Amino acid sequence: MKNIVKISFRNLMRSGRRTILTASLITIGVMFVLIYSALAGSFKAYMVGQVTDSMLGHIQIHRKGYIASVDNLPLDKNLNQKQIAKVTELLDKNPYIESYTFRLKLGAMFSNYVASTSLRLNGIDPEKEAMTLPLFASRVQGSDAGMLQEGHILVPELVAKGMKVAKGDTIVLVATNLKGSVNGLNFKVAGTVEPISGPGGRDGYIHIKDVQKLLRLKQAEVSEIAIRLKNVDDLEKAMKSLKPLQMMKNQKDKPVFEIHTWKKLSPFYNIVKMLDLMDISIKIILISIVLISVLNVMVMSVYERIKEIGTIAAMGTSPATITKLFLTEGLMLGIFGTLLGSLLSYLIVIVINSVGIAFSFGRQDDLVLNPVLHLNEMLIVSAIVILISLIASISPAIKAANLDPVDALRQN
Amino acid sequence: MLKNEHVTKVYKMGEVDLTVIKDLSLSIDDGEFVAIVGPSGSGKSTVLNILGCLDKPTEGKVTVEDVDVTQLNRTELAHFRGEHIGFIFQSFNLIPVLSVYENIEYPLIMIQNLPEAERHERIMQLLEDVDMLDQKDKFPDQLSGGQRQRVAIARALVTKPKIVFADEPTANLDTKTSQQIIELMRSIQQEFNTTFIFATHDEKIVTAVDRIITLVDGVITDDKRVAS
Ligand SMILES: Nc1ncnc2c1ncn2[C@@H]1O[C@H](COP(=O)(O)OP(=O)(O)O)[C@@H](O)[C@H]1O
Ligand SMILES: [Mg+2]
Repeated sequence: MKNIVKISFRNLMRSGRRTILTASLITIGVMFVLIYSALAGSFKAYMVGQVTDSMLGHIQIHRKGYIASVDNLPLDKNLNQKQIAKVTELLDKNPYIESYTFRLKLGAMFSNYVASTSLRLNGIDPEKEAMTLPLFASRVQGSDAGMLQEGHILVPELVAKGMKVAKGDTIVLVATNLKGSVNGLNFKVAGTVEPISGPGGRDGYIHIKDVQKLLRLKQAEVSEIAIRLKNVDDLEKAMKSLKPLQMMKNQKDKPVFEIHTWKKLSPFYNIVKMLDLMDISIKIILISIVLISVLNVMVMSVYERIKEIGTIAAMGTSPATITKLFLTEGLMLGIFGTLLGSLLSYLIVIVINSVGIAFSFGRQDDLVLNPVLHLNEMLIVSAIVILISLIASISPAIKAANLDPVDALRQN
Repeated sequence: MLKNEHVTKVYKMGEVDLTVIKDLSLSIDDGEFVAIVGPSGSGKSTVLNILGCLDKPTEGKVTVEDVDVTQLNRTELAHFRGEHIGFIFQSFNLIPVLSVYENIEYPLIMIQNLPEAERHERIMQLLEDVDMLDQKDKFPDQLSGGQRQRVAIARALVTKPKIVFADEPTANLDTKTSQQIIELMRSIQQEFNTTFIFATHDEKIVTAVDRIITLVDGVITDDKRVAS
């Protein structure tokens, strides 16, 4: 084997320029795939983190039918006390869950005594909200999100600008409850909330107890329960552990709850899916590049050396050994290209991280990507490229082994 | 011992069959120094290739070292050639990426798998025999035609074959070099009793051999032993 490698290596170096060109093509392809996947991975991790840690949580529980009409923020699809108790009982002993928070949502009119606009109001328990959404606080300006007091409101930045209200101002919120009675209450502006991409541009926050007052509720109600997991990777397992809630039926034998992961709830998940699709497409392109370029080089290699193949065959080199010689050549081409590509990608990722490439997404500027090259990804890509190089060499190698020595020797 | 019995070789050229060798029978003993001669296109190379187990006859039986080689498959034939047969070519056919030493070593590692120590001893001895010891680390493109053919002879002999086939071995060499190469092969034949079979029309070879087989249009017209 050592000798096969030696001869193959020298044969590759014999047409050095062609070998280097082909290996570089593979190198560039590998770099493209690895760097893309590192960048996309970091972008994904960042955006998913934003979506789950500042707004959605990892999993949400609603009364069945809520999500279908979520845009209207319906009040008739809230969870009642009995249902809340059921959920609480289950969540408290669930090992995957870090924390959870109750929200009571409604549509309301926002007035600064001069003009009014509509608002999506979220009644929250500030402490639990901050625990469940660790990035929520970073969206809030002018106030400590975990300390939102009763009688205070966090106004969406868009609305604050449009209605020209600032911290300390007093405003009125007007809401209609299920019985049709209208109620208005004064609130003090405690700060503003930055929107994140996706729905949420008109989301304002008040204390959940204030919502009860505004709607004149006799008992506590909840429209949404957002859950934070100890480990995001346990999403599927956690969903499975919530199965009993999902199976729960009412007297009419209809399910009571609906449970969704952030993937279902955020339009951003479609972007994640697109990024993943791109990743697969780029890999397919890489495979084609490797296949075509290695095949091309190996066909040329066999064609140029017909007489040499005839010579070693005449001397008694077995067809199997001739096959191995050419397979090794193609394999080495793939290995060179991959090693170089992986090494360069590694270096480039280090450079990107030290330079710090900023980008904007939606209304957010100066997000800095921290691409990470995962060893796993590197090994998988290398294995694919090396395997494809081997596959591309099979047909030329077999052709070489099947050459008739007499015909081959007659070539000039 | 080498035997051809009623060998015929037909090439299919589209619709036409071209019979190159017709009912040829021939026997060559161990240690013979033989030349097959004849005009160009008379079938010398074809006969050599069939005797050398490179090509199969359309009809007839070929026995080499008591083995009916027409019954062997590709891999068995390759193995058989590697064990018993050496080849010397008109244009030397050294492997360009291997040094002189490595070229001679090639059959011992890629075909016969001999241990290192034994290989080294054999190669050094042969390098001395063909007077190429001081060139052993050079590559083929750094050598003259005569030097290359010496290396090729050493490579053909390193496996200690019973029979060596040489198709026009002097055709690409000048007179003086040809003479030296012929003498080299003669001395090896005498030392190891190796059979040498040439296909040639080089007078220098013809006058050096013990037996001359004349071929015209695929038929033996003369087969004579000569005292040299
Ligand atoms: N593969 C082949 N296909 C068709 N004809 C061939 C082939 N090989 C050799 N021939 C023909 O066979 C004849 C003998 O060729 P060859 O044995 O090479 O003769 P020599 O070596 O005496 O010059 C020539 O007419 C040649 O054209
Ligand atoms: Mg010929």
